[in-house]
Amino acid sequence: MKMKGIAASPGIVIGKVLILNKEKSDVKIETISKDRIKDEIEKLHNAVEKAKKEIKIIKDNIGKEIGEERAKIFDAHMMMLDDPELISAFETKIREGKFSAPAAVKQVIEQYAEMFDNMEDEYLKMRGADIKDIGKRVINILLGNKELPDALDKEVIIVAEELSPSSIAQLDTKKVLAFVTKDGSRTSHASIIARSLGIPAVVGLGEVLLDKVQNNSLLIVDGNSGEVYLNPDKDILEIYKQKIIEYKTELERLAVYSNKKAKTKDGIAIEVVGNIGDIDDLEAVLINGGEGIGLFRTEFLYMNRAEIPSEEEQFEVYKKVAEKMEKNRVVIRTLDIGADKEVPYLDLPKEMNPFLGYRGIRLCLDKTDIFKSQLRAILRASKFGNLSVMFPMISSLDEVKQAKDIFNEVKMELDNESLEYNENIEIGIMVETPAAVMIADNLAEEVDFFSIGTNDLIQYTLAVDRTNKKIADLYSAYHPAILRLVKKIIDEGHKAGIWVGMCGEAAGDELLLPFLLGAGLDEFSMSALSIPKIKESLEKWSKKDAEKEMENILQLKTTREVKNYLQKAKR
Amino acid sequence: MVEEKKVVIKNKIGLHARPAAQLVQKASKFKSNIEISFNGKKVSAKSIIGVMSLGVTQGNEIILRADGEDAEEAIKEIEKFIIVEMPKEDKEVAN
Repeated sequence: MKMKGIAASPGIVIGKVLILNKEKSDVKIETISKDRIKDEIEKLHNAVEKAKKEIKIIKDNIGKEIGEERAKIFDAHMMMLDDPELISAFETKIREGKFSAPAAVKQVIEQYAEMFDNMEDEYLKMRGADIKDIGKRVINILLGNKELPDALDKEVIIVAEELSPSSIAQLDTKKVLAFVTKDGSRTSHASIIARSLGIPAVVGLGEVLLDKVQNNSLLIVDGNSGEVYLNPDKDILEIYKQKIIEYKTELERLAVYSNKKAKTKDGIAIEVVGNIGDIDDLEAVLINGGEGIGLFRTEFLYMNRAEIPSEEEQFEVYKKVAEKMEKNRVVIRTLDIGADKEVPYLDLPKEMNPFLGYRGIRLCLDKTDIFKSQLRAILRASKFGNLSVMFPMISSLDEVKQAKDIFNEVKMELDNESLEYNENIEIGIMVETPAAVMIADNLAEEVDFFSIGTNDLIQYTLAVDRTNKKIADLYSAYHPAILRLVKKIIDEGHKAGIWVGMCGEAAGDELLLPFLLGAGLDEFSMSALSIPKIKESLEKWSKKDAEKEMENILQLKTTREVKNYLQKAKR
Repeated sequence: MVEEKKVVIKNKIGLHARPAAQLVQKASKFKSNIEISFNGKKVSAKSIIGVMSLGVTQGNEIILRADGEDAEEAIKEIEKFIIVEMPKEDKEVAN
């Protein structure tokens, strides 16, 4: 059976399915006879021990893949499972209440969780979630429900309703052949992470996925086309085995670009650089021949944890990236977070429209202690390499001025403390709101560079929620409005004598390359995997040819016309 | 042997997060039964959930009570941890 979804991360694989269960906590509150008490208590102890082992595995994986700091939350889980009071509360429920082990765990956990939920203190409130989490894990073990981790003793294709960044973080991603989800879009966070990990992914397959696919089903996942085959017949299997070989050959052909400078046909050097979300993505950028980092998303430092990362911790991360990239530029984007992301210690209330809400620079200018600590860390790390700072979600000149004032304040603080930093560090902004485009001339006077964030620029300009599947086809970088805005941003930047880059998905789109090159884009920043292809395409275009194409493309009136034209123009 | 001592919490975030976890680890090393009382509630100092559930914050006074062969030593070490080590953590968190 063939299903069609959104190709979210390239690569083709054939493998067996593991479905990630959603919470199955329908525990029957059942009592037991006296003679079973001993057995239930033993079952309980075994389950607790197993839960601890699972947590240790998760913790080690996260420590290795994402960083020790983020693994610390699992220390708290471990301590709770070691808590003698908790264990004896479970035992008492079994012994005196004559409840089965799962029923006992459920009741005790609920009681403790409620106690924490009712606390005033935000930090302690969150411990309720930790307690529920360990309770769920123990209950799942007692009931034999498969949760994620220990099943990954073999390579699997992960099938789920949707994947949050934290659930991906909990997986042993080395054993993951592909991600396949019912919901999601190309620009949802899980897709972005899949691409940076180099794991194929198809998302947005809809209800049919979970209706039909079962654990251990055989699946072909084509992350290039978005096609997924359930229990494929022999012929299709053969075709795909062939496709996998062809795809590998193509990758080998592109491999030469990992050591080759990006140049146009007429020899003009263009910066082709990578987007990273974490220090671990850096390796992929280097392997694929990225000549710098055009976007370092720092949100991940702030997520999946109980407290704000300290200046010291951030400094270490930025320093490592700076040192690793040596002379090559690394653009660090300051915290771009809002109510769509769960960051409990920030205590962000739910919003009707988080993408139009309290986020990005708006949050940073309000919570200046957080902002300052990040800027301090970046500045201190700046002397170990070539770092730049970039502010997200700019929609007014005041915001840029305020951000710069704070930046200068922080510099002065460092001067007073005799701490060194690169005094000539570049400051830039994301141009990702239509407002910023319209006042780009004024903004350009304040900064050293622009980086066009197409993902949000498209969303805000076309009024299309990029997570809404129903209108996903309206979301397109080929819309003439977007192309005109991009051209305007580049022109205004160049008029003011600053460089202009692009760090949205569109920068890694081969089809758009002649347009962007022709419009004069100086820097293309993309997922690591797109780098070789874009370098190869660049070699096929001279600046002059691209300029001609760009002029023609700007005359087109519809998204479809643009797309057709670009497909024909492709070399 | 029973030892008892009143201690005022000086660090900013109180018996939370890391400090609570470290205190429990310290207490667990001793054989004695160790309890913390605060605000009419009494919990085992070896229970992370218990200690956190007290909701002790800066300025609160708690009563430490240890009962057992190493009670004296236990109280001494835990008191030292609360008064000397915990405020040091503040600095790291604030950074």
